[in-house]
Amino acid sequence: MEYILIIISAILVNNIVLNQFLGVCPFLGVSKKIETAIGMTGAVAFVMVLATVVTFLIQYYILNPLNIAYLQTISFILVIAALVQLVEIVLKKVSPSLYQALGVFLPLITTNCAILGVAILVIQKEFNLMQGVIYAFSNALGFGLALIIFAGLREHLDLQQVPKGLKGVPIALITAGILAMAFMGFSGIV
Amino acid sequence: MNQWKNFSKGFIKENPVFVLLLGMCPTLGTTGSAINGLGMGLATTFVLLMSNIVVSLVKNLIPDKVRIPAFIVIIATFVTIVQMAMQAYAPALYESLGLFIPLIVVNCIILGRAEAFASKNTLVSSALDGLGIGLGFAFALTILGGVRELLGSGKIFNITIYPENYGMLLFILAPGAFIALGYIIAIISKLNKQKA
Amino acid sequence: MAKPQSNFRNMVIALLGVTLVASASLGLVYDATKAPIAKAEMDKQTNAIAAVLPAFDKLGETYKMLPADGKDSIEIFPALDANNSEVGKAVKTYTNKGFSGYIELMVGFDKQGSISGFKVLKHAETPGLGSKMDVWFSNAEKKSQNIIGLTPGSIELKVTKDGGNIDAITAATITSRAFLDAINRANATANSQYIDGSSSASKKEKHNEQEPQIQ
Repeated sequence: MEYILIIISAILVNNIVLNQFLGVCPFLGVSKKIETAIGMTGAVAFVMVLATVVTFLIQYYILNPLNIAYLQTISFILVIAALVQLVEIVLKKVSPSLYQALGVFLPLITTNCAILGVAILVIQKEFNLMQGVIYAFSNALGFGLALIIFAGLREHLDLQQVPKGLKGVPIALITAGILAMAFMGFSGIV
Repeated sequence: MNQWKNFSKGFIKENPVFVLLLGMCPTLGTTGSAINGLGMGLATTFVLLMSNIVVSLVKNLIPDKVRIPAFIVIIATFVTIVQMAMQAYAPALYESLGLFIPLIVVNCIILGRAEAFASKNTLVSSALDGLGIGLGFAFALTILGGVRELLGSGKIFNITIYPENYGMLLFILAPGAFIALGYIIAIISKLNKQKA
Repeated sequence: MAKPQSNFRNMVIALLGVTLVASASLGLVYDATKAPIAKAEMDKQTNAIAAVLPAFDKLGETYKMLPADGKDSIEIFPALDANNSEVGKAVKTYTNKGFSGYIELMVGFDKQGSISGFKVLKHAETPGLGSKMDVWFSNAEKKSQNIIGLTPGSIELKVTKDGGNIDAITAATITSRAFLDAINRANATANSQYIDGSSSASKKEKHNEQEPQIQ
């Protein structure tokens, strides 16, 4: 039950992009086509879960025992950056097809604040490892859901007549706003 | 390019938010009120200024292949310093900005400036560039925060302009952030075009 | 000076150097800000206690009690007058039922167990709606929503929608319910002694055996 609450809350109610404003850069950047949106979602889910596990272990087995929790930001971001590199190298060797699908998105992920954000949130919310993993995975799904819906909307948007001044980014932002409004309708179910 | 230009380009012409569209997460996430926007902007300015200074100082000591991780460490150090200083001397602001303070680290503006500008330019130019871009960012966040606060609750910097009951609450909530930013970007790009 | 080559030795030295300097300087800043951070947190708590209680001379020893339905204990700060007799108490209480989860409050009770004041310490409620708790429930002009002066022991604090007599914040019923939940939890736990009449001294720190009563 508790897990289901975490999942619903992370995907729908507190959607990471539309409600918490994490990962907005890739949300605006790679949402022009549904295909790329799906690729990005896969890469984010992969790295987010992995990063959460690793940072969780670092926090509870290195930083806390040594009483240096103030090095959290610096160690997390380094680990995430290294992890992304590692994943890239391993994928290239082990599964070239997966690398083809996700490869181009991996470098972008280091500066995706959703990854670091979720890693820190898991610590702040005092989840245990299992809850943390589920939380990370559902946030990745929430990210994917928002991204893919938004990409679909933008594909349609290209065919519409948009007032001249609003063309491009402004209308995309306004669309995102309306999408966020729709997601507000989910609030209160948990 | 003279030094004044290094400093002033960040405000309108190369404004990191309105024109370059960087650093969207804190822009949307912390601008529920003008004061929060300003606080976030100034914190980012400090980090940007200091990291630009340090990067331009050490640029000749760091081998090329490891420059990005080195820059990230430098940035993360200053972010943590800001975080601790805020917690000590501005606890209220620290709480309302919350998660977005450690996330300054992944703000693409900062790494972007370190890589694109500070690692190639002199100390003075880098410092001015950092300060200019940072203040431009703070300026953008304050404007967005002000607009959202005014439309949402009838106040700017907590000074009541019109009764709160007439406010459109939506603008303080998440959707309003996207919508307000969309319109502001449209207006700024129109202004930039007219000048050119 | 020429730029060092990207060979293994140089890269290791450069990264090691950068991280060493970085963590050393962070350690220094941490030491320098530790005291002010602790003080800022202390101040916040002391200010909240002073704000929710009627006039008092000093604070007694803080103790913790476990609410009947909660996992986390709540903190109680007894307020004493010059003769060391209790004039009221501030209770740091919480609820997990907020619209966005956790809400932390400081509630003050006077000698009779009536609410003398409250302050919201931590919350993540929607700005402009749920965040209005602070003003809404202490609005002296609107009797149906003001909880200051009420005695949760004798009247049940509930929102009108649930059959109570406190008006919920417009469009934020969940927050209002959670808010009253926290107040009731504080009362049920900290003021149980007013009901069964036993002295508070015997109960302190025994929260594991002592199940607080709910009226």
